[in-house]
Amino acid sequence: MHNRAIQPGFSLEYSMWIFTRLSGLGMILLGLIGITGAFIMGARTQMDLGTLMRWTFFPNPNHVINSEIPDVALGWATAFWQVMQMLLVILGVTHGFNGLRVVIEDYTGQSMWRPYVRGLIFLLWLFMLIIAGYVILAS
Amino acid sequence: MGLNRRVGLIQGLRYKGGSPMIAWILHRISGLGILVLVGFHVLASFFMQQTGSDLATNINIIYEFWAFQIVIAFLVLFHAMNGFRVAVQDLWPKTQMYQREALWLQWLVFAPVYGLTVFFLVQRGLSGG
Repeated sequence: MHNRAIQPGFSLEYSMWIFTRLSGLGMILLGLIGITGAFIMGARTQMDLGTLMRWTFFPNPNHVINSEIPDVALGWATAFWQVMQMLLVILGVTHGFNGLRVVIEDYTGQSMWRPYVRGLIFLLWLFMLIIAGYVILAS
Repeated sequence: MGLNRRVGLIQGLRYKGGSPMIAWILHRISGLGILVLVGFHVLASFFMQQTGSDLATNINIIYEFWAFQIVIAFLVLFHAMNGFRVAVQDLWPKTQMYQREALWLQWLVFAPVYGLTVFFLVQRGLSGG
């Protein structure tokens, strides 16, 4: 950033700045929905804290399968929770890899490597989205 | 970057930024930690599901270990609470006048929530859960 003029409209930095904040608040909301849902499905008597945490962070039925919870498939794996997981993955992976980009560029600045680093982070972002989406849809 | 920031590690550690600096550096560390740990967890879950790999299964067994969950809970809880404060203060900039007070409030909320989490995880871990 040699000449830091105020840019009109949207730039990558500005839109990602906004996105980071909104997606962060969104993920807190998703976590609250997850923990509330777990309690509605009987977490108070059926779950230990570790399992509850796993469901809060990512409401995937595989996350609670090793715990002594009866009928893991019932209620724990529905279209609603799949939508919640998809939202969490899209927000989380994007938030995380953009954060990685910000931290790296904070230390490297404007160098000749920047487009390559951005490209690599973009590929990792896409790869993780596909892998995580596959885990959700196949479980 | 127009700013010359050639600062060594020792100089950096001696910089007295106080609680906002600690929160900033912890936010970075916890964010990168979450990215790495959750990234490997997603990969391990994928291979556990698709190929039944022993390595992937063992990685996920580590993720369910109580001592590991104490670390994860710190990273996620701190990142969520600090991120919430940053987001709220950025969206309502007038509240940045009270950044230090907000940080104190944040630690006051963090301490009992994380303390209870650690207590129950340790209790369960030691009783052979």
